[in-house]
Amino acid sequence: MAGIIGYGAYIPKYRVSAEEIAAVQEANANAIKRGLGLTEKSVPGKDEDTITIATHAARDALARAGINKKDIGAIYVGSESHPYAVKPSSAIVAEAIGIGNDYTAVDTEFACKAGSATIQINAGLVDSKMVKYGVSIGADTSQAEPGNALEYSAAAGGAAFIIGSNKESLAIIDKTVSFTSDTPDFWRRSMQAYPSHAGRFTGEPAYFKHVIGATKLLLEKTKTKIEDYTYVVFHMPNGKFPRAVAKIFKVTEEQLVPGLVVEKIGNTYSGSSLLGLAAVLDIAKPGDKILMTSYGSGSGSDSFALTVTEKITEAQGKARTTQDYIDRKEYLSYAKYLKHMETIH
Amino acid sequence: MFRDSSIIRWRAYKDRYMLEGYECSSCGKKYFESKGMCPCGSIEFNEIEFSGVGKIVSFTQIHSGPEAFSEQGKYCVAIIDLAEGARITAQIVDCKFEDLAIGTNVEAVFRKFYKSGEKGAIHYGTKFVPKF
Ligand SMILES: [Zn+2]
Repeated sequence: MAGIIGYGAYIPKYRVSAEEIAAVQEANANAIKRGLGLTEKSVPGKDEDTITIATHAARDALARAGINKKDIGAIYVGSESHPYAVKPSSAIVAEAIGIGNDYTAVDTEFACKAGSATIQINAGLVDSKMVKYGVSIGADTSQAEPGNALEYSAAAGGAAFIIGSNKESLAIIDKTVSFTSDTPDFWRRSMQAYPSHAGRFTGEPAYFKHVIGATKLLLEKTKTKIEDYTYVVFHMPNGKFPRAVAKIFKVTEEQLVPGLVVEKIGNTYSGSSLLGLAAVLDIAKPGDKILMTSYGSGSGSDSFALTVTEKITEAQGKARTTQDYIDRKEYLSYAKYLKHMETIH
Repeated sequence: MFRDSSIIRWRAYKDRYMLEGYECSSCGKKYFESKGMCPCGSIEFNEIEFSGVGKIVSFTQIHSGPEAFSEQGKYCVAIIDLAEGARITAQIVDCKFEDLAIGTNVEAVFRKFYKSGEKGAIHYGTKFVPKF
C-alpha cells in the first residue's frame, strides 16, 4: 500500500492543570488524576484554532517530506471543531501551505477519528494513482462545558501526514481496517457549543468494543500477533482507557508508553491517536512495526499496521518532535483558561 | 489603516498567509512588499518564499489596539529583519513583553488575526513567536 512520506505534530503552548480545574469544580484533584490518568491538558492560544493548528502540523510534515508542494493533489482536515460551520478548513490550510489550486479538498467529521479516516482516503487515492501526494490532518480545539467531567481532558493539538507511494515512504501502510457501528455514546447537535455524552456508556459498548474490534480485525487480516509490533498506539480519551485495552492485548509498557502522549496534554480528539503515531515515528528505527487504532464516537475505529523504512532517520531531524511541543509550556489560571477558550471575554 | 473587508484581506492572502515577497532580479535585494523600482534601477522582480526566520529590530506593546483585536488583550508588535534580508512589521505572540529584546530570534507562525464580529469571516495571517 501507500505510506507516510512526511509527518508533523503541533501542540499549543498553554496548559491548565487538573488541580486548577478541580479547585473550581470542588473535586479531589488526586482522585481525578488517578481516575483519568492525566495531570494537565493543552489549551489553544487566543489566536489559535483548528485551522492554525492544522497549518502548523502540515508545515512540519512538508519539511520532513521534502517534496514539491505543487505535487499535492488532495488535502483533508478532520476535526470536530472546524472554526466555520460552512467554509472549509482544508482550503484555508492548503492556501497557507501554498500548494497551488490543482487539488481536491474536503473537511471530515467523525468525532475523534476524523483525521485517521483521511489517511485511508489518501492511501486509496495514491494507490489508484489519482493523486501523487495527499495531506491528511487531524486537529482539534475541543470544547467542554465548565463543570463537566470532560473539562479535565478536552485539549488542543493536531498532527499532519503526507501520504505518498510505497517507495517514497518513511513508514509503509501494510494494512488498514475499520470497525464501525451506530452507537450513541457522544455527540454534539448542530448549533450547540458543547458536546453531550452518555456517561459510563462511553466505555464498554463504545470505546472498548470498537478499539478492540478494529485491532483484532487488523491482527487477523495481517496474520500478525501483538508482540510483532515495536509500538502500539490506541486512541487516548484519557490515560486509563488505552491502558485498559493494552492489558487485554498484553501490550507491554515498552510498546505502549512512547505513544501515550495523553498524560501531559489531555485528549486532543482528532489529533489524539495521530499525535501518538507522530511521537513513535520520532523515535522509530528502520524495520520497526507500528500498530495504531483510532476511535471516533458514534462510533468507529480505524486500525493501521505500519512498517518503518530507512527513510525515517533523515526525516526525524527535519522538524520539531512531538516531545518538543509537549515540553514547551506555560500554565494558565482557570480564569485565563476560560478566556483562551472564549467562554468568557 | 485598519480596513475590515473580507475582499481586501483576500487580495493580500499571498503575502499574509505565506510570507511571500519579491527579489530584485538584478541586484538580488529582497522585499516583503512589491516595489515599483529597486534603488539599483531595476524594475524586474521574482516572487520568492521567505523561510520565516528572523530577528527583532525594534518592538513595543499595544495596550489598547483596534476593537477587532480586543479579544487578545495587550499584545506585542515588532519590526523584524527576515534572514533573507527583507523587513516586516508583525505581531509577536506566545511570549511576554518582558521576554523580548532587540536581536531576539523569531519564527513565523500562522494565526488568527481577528474575526469580523459574530457573523463575519475569520481572518488569518502570519505572526511571529520567539524561537524555541
Ligand atoms: Zn535591485
